[in-house]
Amino acid sequence: MSLNLLIAGFGGQGVLFMGKVAAYTAMVEDKYVSWLPSYGPEMRGGTANCSVCIDDKEIGCPLISEPETLVVLNRPSYDKYVNAVLPGGHIFIDSTLIDVTCERKDIHVHYVPCTQMAQDSGMKQLANVVMLGNVLKETGFTTFDVLCKAMEQCVPPKKKDLLEPNLKALKLGYEYQG
Amino acid sequence: MGQKYLMKGNEAIAEAAIRAGCKHFFGYPITPQTEVAAYMAKQMPKIGGTYLQAESEVAAINMVLGAAAAGVRAMTSSSSPGISLKTEGISYIAGSDLPCVIINVMRGSPGLGGIQPSQADYWQATRALGHGDFQVIVFAPSSVQEIVDLLGKAFDLAEKYRMPAMMLADGMLGQMMEPVEFPETEPKMAEKPWAVTGHNNERPHNIINSLYLTPSDLEEIVVNRFKRYDEVKKNEVMYEAYQTDDAEYGVVAYGATARVVKSAVNQARAKGIKVGLLRPITVWPFPEKEVAAFGNQVKKILCVEMSMGQMIDDVKLAVNGSCPVEFYGRTGGVVPSPAEVLKAIEEMAK
Repeated sequence: MSLNLLIAGFGGQGVLFMGKVAAYTAMVEDKYVSWLPSYGPEMRGGTANCSVCIDDKEIGCPLISEPETLVVLNRPSYDKYVNAVLPGGHIFIDSTLIDVTCERKDIHVHYVPCTQMAQDSGMKQLANVVMLGNVLKETGFTTFDVLCKAMEQCVPPKKKDLLEPNLKALKLGYEYQG
Repeated sequence: MGQKYLMKGNEAIAEAAIRAGCKHFFGYPITPQTEVAAYMAKQMPKIGGTYLQAESEVAAINMVLGAAAAGVRAMTSSSSPGISLKTEGISYIAGSDLPCVIINVMRGSPGLGGIQPSQADYWQATRALGHGDFQVIVFAPSSVQEIVDLLGKAFDLAEKYRMPAMMLADGMLGQMMEPVEFPETEPKMAEKPWAVTGHNNERPHNIINSLYLTPSDLEEIVVNRFKRYDEVKKNEVMYEAYQTDDAEYGVVAYGATARVVKSAVNQARAKGIKVGLLRPITVWPFPEKEVAAFGNQVKKILCVEMSMGQMIDDVKLAVNGSCPVEFYGRTGGVVPSPAEVLKAIEEMAK
């Protein structure tokens, strides 16, 4: 199973962390992987994005301009990338923050109110992780078990108390029925 | 080989340098290479090394000169505009026959330019990394693992030939994370009887210098240095041939661009175009013979770069008219997409 994932949103929404957890699933499964962040002046309040490629073969270009799977966490990112998704691909929309109906019929459209879901569960900071759980559910790029192991590797030892809520948020997204 | 780590190119540069025995790093922050310095700042104190943020790039490279003269493995790192500032010092280091490693994580230019990936410092790195008659060994890795594999070698060759070595990376390689394994071998430092180390008057003084006011003396030193460069050219060329065995059309590309080209080559092959990639891993010494042979094998060569076309000069010199050499490039920080390169390959094969 390969993954060609572009995540886009505001700086501060955890776009890079979300990509990092996805990338670590490849480390757990010993696959090829690349993770490439945007590193421009767009950080903090501007748009941020992150490309993650996972494959059984060597990764060519790590920069994704035409994603198979797109996650958008704000409206500017939706407008910018919606038409770039490859036919047959997936778009995941944070429907709490983006009030839009996607007109494309050739891709799978998933509306996930991840910001609302995270807030309702008292995990305001973890909308990105809720979304990642749902991306896994709908695309099956790895197993839930592997994703949890990846999360364990991404939460630094100093912040160990954050592991449990992160795993809970993954599960919340994974179990969400759109 | 041991554990695998998921690391940014910039962090891997720093970790590989430390593992290669580099204990002295002098730098100055600039995007997109700042993580090199940040990593060094964290790790150097733990291993009894020196991390120093200099007051400028000029100061940093002269600190490298001093440390290298004392015989230790020293490194500096910067990005395009910062490298320009270092060139005076690099010329002095070359003129003093000192080994060191210099990292250039290239960004869009000229001037302050931008901060996105670029390969527009190829001419600077291979032709004129400072004033005067000299060369620098220049490695052009195309993955985070290759950065790690080449960094120890860069120190080894710099010491063997007593000359600076450069790692010519770009913003994409510096910023991306990939899995890496580090070699478990201990670094082998060369004997340095020339180093200025202090010796309690037990031997004659060593002098490190690049000033020779008698032209015939300076000429002799430069000519002898070029004999060493001939050895480097003979022994140290590195390249990768990808899908070239039956190729009728050729692409030459290096660094991060070569990855984009590999994707495009695979797509072109799926469409029945017999195309292969020759990727220089050292850009000085340039794989002249291999590119020349490639030129004799294929009908046309396409050179792909993140610049307006710089390495293409070396390709044309090597091919020496045996086949047409075309160019496709993006510049200013724009990374070409596999689809664009595929289109250029299809044009070439028409």
